[in-house]
Amino acid sequence: MSNWIEVGSLNDIPRLGSRIVQTKNGDIAIFRTAKDSVFALRDQCPHKQGALSQGIVHGEQVTCPLHNWVISLQDGEAQGRDTGCTKTYEVKLQGETILLAL
Amino acid sequence: MKSKLVVIGNGMAGMRCVEELLKLMPDKYDITVFGSEPYGNYNRIMLSPVLSGEKTIEQIMINDLAWYEENNITLKVGAHKEVVAVDRRNRMVATADGEKVPYDRVLLATGSLPFIIPLPGHGLEGVIAFRDINDVDIMLASAKHHTHAVVIGGGLLGLEAANGLMKQGMNVTVVHNLDVLMNRQLDEPAAKMLQASLQERGLKFKMAAASKEILGDQHGRVSGITFEDGSELPADLLVMAVGIRPNIVLAKKVGLQCDKGVLVNDTMQTFDPRIYAVGECVQHRGDIFGLVAPLFEQAKVCANHLAEYGIANYESSVVSTKLKVTGIDLFSAGDFSGGKNSEEIIFQDAERGVYKKVVLQDNKIKGAVLYGDTMDGAWYFQMMKDGTDVSQFRERLLFGQAHLGDSGTQGASAVANLPDNAEICGCNGVCKSDIVSAIAAQQLFTLDDVRDATKASASCGSCTGLVEQLIADSLGGDFNQSKQRKSICRCCEHSHDEIRSAISEQQLKSFPQVSAALKFSSEDGCHICRPAINYYLLAQWPGEYQDDTRSRFINERAHANIQKDNTYSVVPRMWGGVTTPAELRAIAAAAEKYNVPTVKVTGGQRIDLLGVKKEDLPKMWKDLNDAGMVSGHAYGKSLRTVKTCVGAEHCRFGTQDSMAMGIAIEKMTWGSWTPAKVKIAVSGCPRNCAEATIKDLGVVAVDSGWELYVGGNGGMKVVVSEFLTKVASGAEVMEYTAAFMQMYREQGHHNERSAPWIERVGLKYIKQELVENAPQRQALCERFHASQAFSQDDPWAQRASEGVEVSDFIPLKVIV
Repeated sequence: MSNWIEVGSLNDIPRLGSRIVQTKNGDIAIFRTAKDSVFALRDQCPHKQGALSQGIVHGEQVTCPLHNWVISLQDGEAQGRDTGCTKTYEVKLQGETILLAL
Repeated sequence: MKSKLVVIGNGMAGMRCVEELLKLMPDKYDITVFGSEPYGNYNRIMLSPVLSGEKTIEQIMINDLAWYEENNITLKVGAHKEVVAVDRRNRMVATADGEKVPYDRVLLATGSLPFIIPLPGHGLEGVIAFRDINDVDIMLASAKHHTHAVVIGGGLLGLEAANGLMKQGMNVTVVHNLDVLMNRQLDEPAAKMLQASLQERGLKFKMAAASKEILGDQHGRVSGITFEDGSELPADLLVMAVGIRPNIVLAKKVGLQCDKGVLVNDTMQTFDPRIYAVGECVQHRGDIFGLVAPLFEQAKVCANHLAEYGIANYESSVVSTKLKVTGIDLFSAGDFSGGKNSEEIIFQDAERGVYKKVVLQDNKIKGAVLYGDTMDGAWYFQMMKDGTDVSQFRERLLFGQAHLGDSGTQGASAVANLPDNAEICGCNGVCKSDIVSAIAAQQLFTLDDVRDATKASASCGSCTGLVEQLIADSLGGDFNQSKQRKSICRCCEHSHDEIRSAISEQQLKSFPQVSAALKFSSEDGCHICRPAINYYLLAQWPGEYQDDTRSRFINERAHANIQKDNTYSVVPRMWGGVTTPAELRAIAAAAEKYNVPTVKVTGGQRIDLLGVKKEDLPKMWKDLNDAGMVSGHAYGKSLRTVKTCVGAEHCRFGTQDSMAMGIAIEKMTWGSWTPAKVKIAVSGCPRNCAEATIKDLGVVAVDSGWELYVGGNGGMKVVVSEFLTKVASGAEVMEYTAAFMQMYREQGHHNERSAPWIERVGLKYIKQELVENAPQRQALCERFHASQAFSQDDPWAQRASEGVEVSDFIPLKVIV
């Protein structure tokens, strides 16, 4: 069973932005899209471990700040011809509250 | 329910269009493809290497049968599946074996038919064209059992066929009706050199020949050919490669308007609005097509309309060709024959086998023919398409780009001579063989393809020229260089300049307005267009447009430089590279307080604190602010540093006070956002210790005033700046500096440094606007100051004191 943890409110994250949740197993980046969907990925690009939370969010993708890999927020897969995958976490909105499954 | 798309023709143009369509709208249509050849889609232009044994059929397949399956495309191939009728009223196509398939849209891509000269005997066995896999099979089989081959047609295709047959061991004679080989692409001197070189390899030629009759043996197979002059040649195989004509049999039959080809408009639509056509079967603005680059452009445009985006136009293409005969270097592009108003520049070295001709009109390249040394073909071709003014380096034009010095972004050098393990893209560690084999193995045609597949030139882009050269070398005339690089990114079809003028003309004041007005395929763009458009909006509407931090790269958001371990580096501004003991103490204190692991002096004469944690940034800024320092913008597309030498205040050679001038310039220009980074330097005498001549703007003091230089940069491709003008007073230096900055801000493309910008618009134009036109200069200067009124807020002070977006620097939650 997933353990849903309240990590903050939707308004704590700017649109097309990201904030991190620090855990003992490393940082998790929570993204908010232009349409107010939220996604959660491990805050590490599969390429050279760039912090995805610092990237530019567009559509349901984020571009890594280090070498411009584009990572899907939905499944963590690198887009285009790059190959690699970042771990995704279940996340959901309950009203304005963001819940993260750990 | 999905709409139904029927594609008639399974060749390169039609399938390229389907690929483009799948990229845009993978689920819009149920797609059915009809093809007369019993294969998947293959790369027809690579038939020549297959014939010469350098490639296999498998290697030239673009889409195998599995691809059709994966993309849910119904493929029906073979002679019995040839589409023989289109019932336009009931929207139904019918095949030779009577199958009927309904449609909502048809894509007609029937290609072309080889032209067969109706000589007596043209129906004999062994008389073929050079068009498809079947022809190649016949040629390969003939080469095994027969000796003599005759190829009629001394054009590109004919020579490739002849070369291939010779490689397969046949005794080959090329018969050409004129005295000049490849007369569509070559002038006489180049053609003669080509002919001599092919003769050395063993090809025979019969030039200016009028064929009379093809002779046959008792089995009905070709045995020879006779000519009007009474001569005769033996032939066991006769290949006609005398041209192609659009295959419009079906189009005519179903009543579509045709001339030489099926008539289409700029959206690739035929006279029946439900029927589109692309490729060699079409006639667009009077032109028909035989090379692949324009076909691919058409495919892209057509896909855009099939996807109902409705925003792309095909306007015609400039093409170049390259002969695919190993060991022969030949390049031809544009109009090389010259004319009344054009001039020719010619270089000829018969001994070395090198011939170069460039045709100019109004200082722009109209055409080029290169033989023996084609290294600069891509360079000439690019300048031809861009309409570059070559008057600045006309006298060195024929010596090539290497001779001019590399130009930053366009730099192409002796790439063909590089060893396979030569590193082309230093950012991503991609070497030449990686690129060349990816082009061959993955069927790549465009710069974007190669970037995606190999990452070469996908980062800093400074090796773009080299990569393009490699693509051009690998593909010859098939390299589709044109449109891709012109549009800003894949979100839209518009160029930087088009977007900028739309912003000012349509008064667009936000990214959503721009993306809506210009019909972007994705609402919030991507990491390429968002920062660019954010900059354009900022530059166009100073004080009015609210900077969108979410469209900025992390460095410009965090006002520090992200490092490989996701820590940051902080660089306080040091005006003109001059500091004080108090500032140094404050920097030292901050370094100790925040446990900065590395303290380094930068090339821009200031101090870099590396390895700072993101959450410490605001506190560190506050400490540095309190000591009177501001952000050095070492991270931004903005004014970086003004480097100075000591100058007249201390130096025994100094002629002017370069430190004071540098400080004044930095105080005036700091905080301004620019298309790409801007570095300035001021030297106190012509010894130029501040290295002012490799800066975007260089100021060099002389006894009687100041010399101004523009458009230099260091980095991977060093560009030495060019002399702009000389002024007498410091006030003039300031005015020119402000005006130059503003002109660059208004005209440079995002991410384009001043050197390529100046190369693009021409130094002459910069001089006209800045030096010769004083009112213009003053107006630019005023606009710069007006914009600076809104720019010179220290981002550190804002962040540190007001706590703006403090959330950006702390975790949302800590779970232990």
